[in-house]
Amino acid sequence: MNAFVQYIESYLTSNVTPGAAGNMFWASIYILIVFTGVSVGVICMNWLERKVLAHMQVRLGPMRVGPHGLLQPFADALKLLLKEDIIPARADSVIFWSAPFIVDLAAFTVFVVVPFGPQHAITDMNIGILFMLGVSSLSVLGIVMAGWASNSHYPLIGALRSSAQMVSYEVAMGFAVVSAILMTSLNATGTGTLSMIGIVEAQKAQAEWFIFKFFPLGLIAFFIFTVAMVAETNRAPFDLAEAESELTAGFHTEYSGFRWSLFFLAEYGAMMAVSSIAVTLWLGGWLRPFPNWLSGSTWDSIFSYFPGATFLFLATLCFYETARMPKHPYFRIQTIGLAVFGALLALIGLLLFVPAVSVRIQDIFWFTAKVAGFMYLYIWYRGTFPRYRFDQLMRMGWKVLLPIGLGTLILTAGVALIQQNLWRP
Amino acid sequence: MAPIATPFFFYLLAAIMLIGGILVIMCRNAVHSALALIVTLLAQSAIYLMLYAPFVAGVQIILYAGGIMVLFLFVIMLVNIDRALKERQFNSQWWVGIIAATTLGGLFIAVYTKGKSIFPERIASVAEADNTQRVASLLYGQYMFAFEIASLLLLVAIIGAVVMAKKRI
Repeated sequence: MNAFVQYIESYLTSNVTPGAAGNMFWASIYILIVFTGVSVGVICMNWLERKVLAHMQVRLGPMRVGPHGLLQPFADALKLLLKEDIIPARADSVIFWSAPFIVDLAAFTVFVVVPFGPQHAITDMNIGILFMLGVSSLSVLGIVMAGWASNSHYPLIGALRSSAQMVSYEVAMGFAVVSAILMTSLNATGTGTLSMIGIVEAQKAQAEWFIFKFFPLGLIAFFIFTVAMVAETNRAPFDLAEAESELTAGFHTEYSGFRWSLFFLAEYGAMMAVSSIAVTLWLGGWLRPFPNWLSGSTWDSIFSYFPGATFLFLATLCFYETARMPKHPYFRIQTIGLAVFGALLALIGLLLFVPAVSVRIQDIFWFTAKVAGFMYLYIWYRGTFPRYRFDQLMRMGWKVLLPIGLGTLILTAGVALIQQNLWRP
Repeated sequence: MAPIATPFFFYLLAAIMLIGGILVIMCRNAVHSALALIVTLLAQSAIYLMLYAPFVAGVQIILYAGGIMVLFLFVIMLVNIDRALKERQFNSQWWVGIIAATTLGGLFIAVYTKGKSIFPERIASVAEADNTQRVASLLYGQYMFAFEIASLLLLVAIIGAVVMAKKRI
């Protein structure tokens, strides 16, 4: 018993990820926390997407379940759990049954290497980015299996479309990623790294986020990646695989209830995963804005107030809306609910002002805030852009993004060579 | 840090690979065969990880499991499975199969019994951290010519595919 306690405590003094420390107990705890966090993120995204899209289209969105529809995701989840689970009679039941699990497995496994902070990752692999790209490419398999096993026309066409799309955009995505990895090798020793934590450390060492590196080049690679990642996750404007007006729901037409919700979970999990790749590679991962320009302990302490201030701002919004709630007795419970939610947010905000907490939490906060920005962009795309046609999509992937990505890679390599050899200060 | 590469994991992965490989040739449905092949390839990449070759493992997952097998499935899905299922399975190469199997088995037994003198006693100590850099410097240094020839081969294959697919060039 004593040895076990010592085993648990031994990690607390170390300064590395639980994977690197080889501590199974804390690794399991981290896995639980990260997976729960991702699931909570998916719940929030469900509500946010409906709400933001509704406001973009001058509607109100969900308003009935809970104040401002805050409990809508739970109502949806309950409905999906209670729904009848249907497997089509001529479907290949084993493959039909396993497809959603494979998609979920691929979407969640990548979070093993996502660096939320220098210590706050489950583990750090020396092939981190390769692992992320590889495992997320396995989700295509689940989609193909789902489409084929349904034994129906719409899912088959949808699966073909989305797998063709994902395989084609993976190429452009790869080139963008390689040009960012190339930038990690611009140090004294000249060796780069594939580890997710190492990539962020390289940006810290070079005092520059890779999006601003070699000015237009980093930005172009980032742009290619952001376009390719929307296509990878089958989201609007590249959501023609599940174009409701043409293919009912694409590869998951025949899925219902809980199985369908697994696909939903995987889609949003994958969105967060690719966003965190983009954040890690180009936006400095867990680094706060201007770590070098606005350095020093004064700025450090100012930036450490950000997490708490964000939650307090949200709490203020909640209290403002509470005051604006209709005064009719029918709305009394909703008003109280909103006030309680606001109080909860304020409590979290105040907790984040405690120095001991804020020091530990701020890496995670900055990383999550950047990923959240990408998630908002996803909703914004969906509200703004019209859907691409399939030939337009393929032309864009192969004839626009791929050559530009290749050119950017070659130019980046050239500029890096010149900087390393000729123009060394 | 305790090593993960224990015999237990090796035998587990080897068993998964063997079962997957047997399923590939036993399944009547081509899609099931392809899925079993994917399981085999994933187990193989895990074995590469155990051999301290993380880069090879990652590339194995990206290229084979994520890329090539998807294209395999893509083609198989469009084939009329129902007809393939009704077709009688035949095998007229018994003798070749038996000879190949006994030769391979004999080779394995020979390696197993005389392995100590053929292979080095213990693995070379390779730093895991710079595995990728080592692979890169070998590929772009010592084996540059072979690497470029292989890329030329792929280019020929790509051009061939375009020529065959396009009616009018």
